[in-house]
Amino acid sequence: MNTIIEVRDLTFSYDDGSSGKPVIKGISFSVEKGGFIGIIGHTGSGKSTLLQLLIGLLKPRSGEILFDGEDIFSKGYDLKKLRSRVGLVFQYPEYQLFEENVFKDVCYGPANLGLTRKECELRAYEALKSVGLSDDCFYASPFELSGGQKRRAAIAGILAMKPEVLVLDEPTAGLDPAGRREIMNLILKLRKERDITVILVTHSMEDMASCAEKILVLDNGQIGYFDTPAKVFSHTEELESIGLSAPAVTYIMMELRKRGMDVPTDVIRPEDARDEIIAAFARRKA
Amino acid sequence: MAANRGFTPVPWAAAGGDPPCHIVAAGGAAYGNLKARMEDIIKTEELGFDYIRRNENGEVECIVRAVDDVNISVKKGEFVVILGANGSGKSTLAKHLNALLKPTDGTVWVDGMDTAEDGLLWEVRRTAGMVFQNPDNQIIGQVVDEDVAFGPENLGVPGPELPGRVEESLKAVDIYGLKDSPTISLSGGQKQRVSIAGILAMHPTCIVLDEPTAMLDPAGRKEVMRALLALNDVEEITVIHITHNMDEAVNADRIIVMDHGKVALSGTPTQVFSRVEELLAYGLTVPDAVMLAYELRKAGIGIPEGIVTGPQLTEALINEYNH
Repeated sequence: MNTIIEVRDLTFSYDDGSSGKPVIKGISFSVEKGGFIGIIGHTGSGKSTLLQLLIGLLKPRSGEILFDGEDIFSKGYDLKKLRSRVGLVFQYPEYQLFEENVFKDVCYGPANLGLTRKECELRAYEALKSVGLSDDCFYASPFELSGGQKRRAAIAGILAMKPEVLVLDEPTAGLDPAGRREIMNLILKLRKERDITVILVTHSMEDMASCAEKILVLDNGQIGYFDTPAKVFSHTEELESIGLSAPAVTYIMMELRKRGMDVPTDVIRPEDARDEIIAAFARRKA
Repeated sequence: MAANRGFTPVPWAAAGGDPPCHIVAAGGAAYGNLKARMEDIIKTEELGFDYIRRNENGEVECIVRAVDDVNISVKKGEFVVILGANGSGKSTLAKHLNALLKPTDGTVWVDGMDTAEDGLLWEVRRTAGMVFQNPDNQIIGQVVDEDVAFGPENLGVPGPELPGRVEESLKAVDIYGLKDSPTISLSGGQKQRVSIAGILAMHPTCIVLDEPTAMLDPAGRKEVMRALLALNDVEEITVIHITHNMDEAVNADRIIVMDHGKVALSGTPTQVFSRVEELLAYGLTVPDAVMLAYELRKAGIGIPEGIVTGPQLTEALINEYNH
């Protein structure tokens, strides 16, 4: 697989000059094309700052970010073009819906890319279809939609730019459980259908466990872990000490193991926990 | 009218030790007799509310019934969690409990006061304080103690009394050490606890919280839940907590589930979470431990009904395994 984003020794501070306390402290990692990276970290760990650096909204104090091999902070690099290739869905994106109807709102992004009206409308139509919004929503005011629908409309606005990388900052915050499932399934579906690389920030360890291929743990601007979900969540004590946690089922499996049941502890999804416990009971019987 | 309850510093906060995490047995059985004697702090009768949209000419364009024929009562000292999908009417109901909205139909009483009576507005809001989802939208002061003093000051509490109120409130949510910190430097969980302290400083009988943990990280969520459980247990403040996080409901005395503006279910966590399929149909879910117990039971493993927490499930599984 090819690397699409490579972050090298990145340092960033909100203060001017070199004296300020850095928010991102010399981090390096790379993202494979088509990968699904989850970023977790406590409030103030630098997650949102990192996302903004990735699309060039902020400039680092030092270090570089290579997108498709090119340094996005080098002189003459076309950041506008980068932002059409890397789409960022902000936190509570529904607050950024502003047009009189959903369709126009989704056309806004592609229109800014300088596409013709017809191209914009085609893209908007396709994007709205792929997020699963039905035709009768297209000409509704964004404010008439439900929470989950608004969020879909906002994601459609980014998809209409046809990004290669989709970056999402807490896309399920504030949604009910059905809405969360809807959005997570949508992200998985988009990734599969469009071969999009996904970078997702969330406070929900359960969402992470069910979707991400790799998890990057940020702690005070540094990388704590960068590994598969099962490996990352095996460090329960370390995660708790930095304000995070493992999924609920992981704790249950660890306790069962401690108390003598023959089950593995690197289990992070409820369906896997179920299967492992059933298997343990079957072994016991045999 | 509710008498001001004298606040005493919470023992665990004063001693700097660990706060009690689990205070009420699932189902609230421990309080059964005590609570039966308590009176209703909140009561709604046939409550209905319409959101009305008008066009530029002021003509009615559409009417949405957000809350429909809701009859609930909450006893003094109860910890009630309200669950429901987005758009089920939870927040609209909550806004009636401190007179931010007034009923289209029916009546809401807060400590015996009819919230539709204009003259009682401030007394209703002092009795039932409200905390919202976004920590950044409800903090006004630049420094923590200044923010907490804002509410009581507006109620006309005399200046010399303010520092005492600020101190007891901050101690109750375990952030007295941050008294002089700039509010901008706080984490999400700390900000929400400052918001809760700001309500406490007005000496309410009841706190209504509309998804106070939605924007917080796991540690922040734990901090806020711990503070709420302690307030309920130690200070006996009635808590009405709205959330999408099922795990935050397992320690409640009672869960009320809203669906399409109506009360769909009401009962102890054990009772409510035993209705797995119904809850899924309402756009909700159950805590992972409940779901796992449900699936294992379906697969023929002998686990008793009524499990809501991880430790309960582990206990039941180990028993069955060693049987």
